Amino acid sequence: MAMQFYASPEQIMRDRSEYARKGIARGRSVIVLTFEGGVLFVAENLSNALHKVSEIYDRIGFAAVGRYHEFEAVRVAGIRLADLRGYSYNRRDVTGWALASAFSQNLGAIFMEQAKPFEVEICVADVGVAQDRDELYRITYDGSVQDEPGVVAMGGQAETISGPLRERHRAGLTMQEALRLAVEALASVGGEGGNPRTITEAQLEVAVLDRQRAGRTFRRIAGEALAAMLAPPAALPSAEPSDALPSGASGAEPSGAESSGAEPAGGESAEAPAVEGTPDAPEPAGGEPEAGGKSATAEEPGTDKPPSGNPPSGNTGG
Amino acid sequence: MSAGFDPSGRLPAAFMTPGVSSFSEFLREAAPDLLPGRRPLPPGTNADVAPHATTIVALASADGVVMAGDRRATMGSMIANRDIEKVHAADEYSLVGIAGTAGVGIELIRLFQVELRHYEKIEGVMLSIDGKANRLATLIRNNLGAALQGLAVVPLFAGYDVDAAEPAKAARLFSFDVAGGLYEETGFDGIGSGSLFAKAALKKRYRPGLSGAEAIELAVEALYDAADDDTATGGPDLIRKIYPVVMTATAAGTRRLTDDEAAAVAEAVVRRRMDNPGG
Repeated sequence: MAMQFYASPEQIMRDRSEYARKGIARGRSVIVLTFEGGVLFVAENLSNALHKVSEIYDRIGFAAVGRYHEFEAVRVAGIRLADLRGYSYNRRDVTGWALASAFSQNLGAIFMEQAKPFEVEICVADVGVAQDRDELYRITYDGSVQDEPGVVAMGGQAETISGPLRERHRAGLTMQEALRLAVEALASVGGEGGNPRTITEAQLEVAVLDRQRAGRTFRRIAGEALAAMLAPPAALPSAEPSDALPSGASGAEPSGAESSGAEPAGGESAEAPAVEGTPDAPEPAGGEPEAGGKSATAEEPGTDKPPSGNPPSGNTGG
Repeated sequence: MSAGFDPSGRLPAAFMTPGVSSFSEFLREAAPDLLPGRRPLPPGTNADVAPHATTIVALASADGVVMAGDRRATMGSMIANRDIEKVHAADEYSLVGIAGTAGVGIELIRLFQVELRHYEKIEGVMLSIDGKANRLATLIRNNLGAALQGLAVVPLFAGYDVDAAEPAKAARLFSFDVAGGLYEETGFDGIGSGSLFAKAALKKRYRPGLSGAEAIELAVEALYDAADDDTATGGPDLIRKIYPVVMTATAAGTRRLTDDEAAAVAEAVVRRRMDNPGG
């Protein structure tokens, strides 16, 4: 292997993006969506203790995918920042926007300065007084932040599921409708032979920011309450035919992700993501390294660090 | 807020430090100027510079604890405030009241509330009630320097212990001294300048297993006795409609009696005293 002493900045940034994307794509997805009564977080997570979704402040929730110890550090920093602001000023002065902005600055700086970027994708949700006042921010590993109206899908097959999810999401969903929509979307990928999977309540981590509550609005929904809401749909008034969601194979096509807005819009990140190039192996959670080098650049030796060097042991792949 | 960003946009190291679940410990690193007890004070005794808050009582009932506080703050012989609130919910299952320098006390309560919430959010579970009491003792201890110069504050802490083995032992009361001493109390306790009289009243009337309503009544009555003999404690103000703050902590969480409920209890106490001033 030839030693190369110069790597162009574009090359370095591209490699870092590539590395972060791969790490994020290995985990299972998290969906955050607004409904009539607040904001709903639905994550596929087998652990009861290692949360992907948690409370930051009175009306602010946090969801993340990627490497656990990295997003945990971001989450704790967010709680500290929020509590510090609330203590210095007033509880009403803590906003989702300020947090999203701080996370974005922090992740952006880490992306630029550190040898290894954080392999995380984060959603900060701020529940408003009405559904059109809800704010969902999605912050990616390179610090780009997007304000996404209504729905955020992150993680493994986010591009695949977010398009149909966005189409079916509308104002005024009930909590149960929103939950079913999210679970259906999560189940639409990763099944045997491209078929939808069945997801039970034991595989889910669900929480809500309850619009009507005063003070702390975050609460988890688990056990019986969750099972009851997931129970077979008796008659969902607004349910569309379930084929509205892609049946695995076609949905995993990168083109299916197109205009959904799920694409990181920050122009500074590298071009076309290589992560959804796995239409034939839809199981994202195995934790095994991606079959190396979907994009030609990733195989290039001679960058200052080999991206595949450290195994993704800390990933909460589920 | 002193904790700003460095120019690169990275959060200061204190924000990313793993393993610290305490807000006050975090403040010590990130914004020490916000911590009470860290401020340099001029020498001398300054007891008279700030309003003082007075009597708080707490007692255990069959289903939890009741805490009540009068509404008066004084500066020397003046009434500084007629409707100060000295009893607050520390978190979902516990109550805290303060006596002493009002400004420092209210700041400590705010810090304590954030401390408990902060821990709960980071760790995902609530502190045990003994942990909460210890934490409050530490906050008080950190204020010792100011206390010795006259800005003392002493809290009263009571809560419903969700981990109690049996419901009868779930009501817990803790008192403190200015040096951060922590003492668990049984049955009832009071703090502040009127506490002598309030505790004397409670001593005669309190019995274990009081119902919630009886305990509320007893607490308000004890405050009346305190106000009767202590000028720094305010009685129910029927003219301005200012009544004691009464809060409960039970298995269902904390609750503050509405103004109407507190008014009903206080007016009943006053009516009875019209026939029998000594209670």
